[in-house]
Amino acid sequence: MKAFVKRPFVSHLLTSIGAMAIFELMTGPPGSSTTPTAGFTGSFGERASFFGLFATYRFVVFLALAVIVSGVWTLWQSRGSVIKHGVNTGLARPRAAWQLKPVRTGFFLALFIFALFLPHLETDPYWQSVMVEEIAVYVLLALGLNVVVGFAGLLDLGFVAFYAVGAYVTAWVTGALPTPAPFGIHLNAFFAIPIAIALVMIFGVLIGLPTLRLRGDYLAIVTLGFGEIVTIFANNQYGITGGSEGTNAIPHFSIHLWFIHYVWGLAPVPYYYLTLAFVVVFIIVFSLLEHSRVGRAWTAIREDEVAAESIGINPLKYKVMAFAIGAASAGFAGVVTAGQTIFVNPQSFTLPVSINILALVIFGGMGSIAGVVVGAVLIQTVSMYLLHSPPAGYQSSDLYIYLGAALVLMMIFRPAGLIPSRRRRREIGMAEAGEGHMDEVLTGDTP
Amino acid sequence: MGAFGHYLSAHFATLRLEFWGLLVGGLANGFIYAMVAIGYTLVYGVLRLINFAHSEIFMSGGFASYFVMKAIIGTSVPSGLASVGLVILGILVGGTASAGMALLLERVAYRPLRKRHAPKLAYLISAIGASYFLFNLAGKEFGRYNLSIPSPYINHTVFTIFGANVQMYYIVILIAGVIMFVTLDRIVAKTKLGRSIRAVAQDAETASLMGVNIDRTIALTFIIGGIFGGAGGFLFGLGSGVVYTMGFTPALKAFTAAVLGGIGNLRGAVIGGLILGVAESFSIAFVQAAFIDVVAFAILLLILLFRPTGILGERLGRSA
Repeated sequence: MKAFVKRPFVSHLLTSIGAMAIFELMTGPPGSSTTPTAGFTGSFGERASFFGLFATYRFVVFLALAVIVSGVWTLWQSRGSVIKHGVNTGLARPRAAWQLKPVRTGFFLALFIFALFLPHLETDPYWQSVMVEEIAVYVLLALGLNVVVGFAGLLDLGFVAFYAVGAYVTAWVTGALPTPAPFGIHLNAFFAIPIAIALVMIFGVLIGLPTLRLRGDYLAIVTLGFGEIVTIFANNQYGITGGSEGTNAIPHFSIHLWFIHYVWGLAPVPYYYLTLAFVVVFIIVFSLLEHSRVGRAWTAIREDEVAAESIGINPLKYKVMAFAIGAASAGFAGVVTAGQTIFVNPQSFTLPVSINILALVIFGGMGSIAGVVVGAVLIQTVSMYLLHSPPAGYQSSDLYIYLGAALVLMMIFRPAGLIPSRRRRREIGMAEAGEGHMDEVLTGDTP
Repeated sequence: MGAFGHYLSAHFATLRLEFWGLLVGGLANGFIYAMVAIGYTLVYGVLRLINFAHSEIFMSGGFASYFVMKAIIGTSVPSGLASVGLVILGILVGGTASAGMALLLERVAYRPLRKRHAPKLAYLISAIGASYFLFNLAGKEFGRYNLSIPSPYINHTVFTIFGANVQMYYIVILIAGVIMFVTLDRIVAKTKLGRSIRAVAQDAETASLMGVNIDRTIALTFIIGGIFGGAGGFLFGLGSGVVYTMGFTPALKAFTAAVLGGIGNLRGAVIGGLILGVAESFSIAFVQAAFIDVVAFAILLLILLFRPTGILGERLGRSA
């Protein structure tokens, strides 16, 4: 029996069936507390029409899919190298072209121009507001987390705290919180940008100084706790933050110069251009940083902290810097969100948001700016599409089922992400070959 | 005495008044934290890694026992021997479901990475992904409301101690906890399985050269941690009900307990759990209810900063 199960074809088939069963549950109808089995029976037994092509029981379709997947898998194991070789030779020329700087610059410039015209190509109000609130803002957040996770190799599960602080600082300086605004001056939201960024960076230093002395896994759980505390605090301090209702009196961005008076409303397009401008600024700053002395120090710490320390790099200093710098873009994201939606409340800054941002970074590729931007745009677009026109059985919180699965699958099959950073890919490869000192699990005690 | 002194003395008066009640409640919570902490500490001992998805192992035990209890008890009120049998059944069901979940998790989220010698960051991310996947899937399948487990016993006050009522619920937790902890302690100290766990924790490569099957030992470690987590899930559910997000806070606290006692140290996990439960309970006299969770977190942060090896010290690979 055991030998039978261990045969490649059989084991592939069994694994595929298991995976497809899980996939079937994910996409199936929901159950409820009174009918806990409805989800299970519905997922397998329901008759469904597939894209209007044919209608049959769900389990038939998924069994067929499992057979196809296991067939492809078995084929991939015997013939995969041939296909890989073919793909590699086919892609050799584009890849070589990609190495040339003008080609890359041109490509990014084209993307930028496309982004400039996007609000005029897509005029649906839902998608216009999604472009700002869910895509551009999340690109900023992902860029920020990428500095922490990708560049410095620190797993921060409470990144949403920085976003929250940015938004609350905006509400504070514009006079929308129960806490009196500084010096009693109600500032324009534009002036909140530098103040919020500066305060969020200070907040990053304050959180980083005690926590960044900890080992990687402890850091993850402690940052998770900090993220929760920010929410608990915002929820319960009515006198300071407005409690669970927060505030909905944040003034829109406005421009008052002599005779020009221009107040931005709820319409998303001006915010889109503002955010786009900052996305470009952050991309440039972060990629310059990556290749600067600081970026090299981050890489050194990430690859081998002890060695980095022995050549005179102060790990704590550079880790705190990563926290503060990464926080800056999240702080700006907070300003945009607060200024456009004119409200802040604790419910917008919960742990799932942190996990969402993490998923964008991991999917796109840790440490790869292009990857993170592409990953954020792709995932956010798909998730907002699902929210806008949900397929049968999809509930809005199901998104996290998919994001969770994506995190696991990426780690199993493509740990360096969709568009890997060259250095990251090399590091992971080295770690897996047993070279270098990126910490591993279960190899006895590594020095 | 200034305002702060006044604040303290007023709250100490509350603490004095409620001392025994808070102590009993805190110890009961502490036993549950300890059960969950066992899972963290065992896996940490063997793999040197925090199992971020342990909260969902805990949750699956809670849900499994909820459905079984609901099917058997329904609306009746069991008593006497039936109660004893039902509590044991609940623990067994919760433990089995969680052990199965732990095994599945190890297979799907950890083993592929282990085979590749992936860096530690990959495990953390994979575990977080698995955790999010699992609890949101549970929310989808079983609804997002808190469900109370039908009580297998009549929760009357069994006796009072210095004016504090000790209910049946606390007695159940105490007895189940003591029996399970003593059994585990003996298993790890005396049996071949315990020896292989300790061997892998000490030095995996050498252990495998000595003929210890590492994969099997790791799987068994997950299973034992799962049994304790599931039992904890059932007992927690008896008091607070089950809901798809039930794992998050208790697991964070259990992790604190594991670190407090010294991670990798089984007896430390128990002591850490009890201390944390009591400390948290006493803090009710001092802070708003909403900030109770912050207290546990503050303890975690302080321990990690000032004594990361915990009270009994990190003990990897030694007996108990």
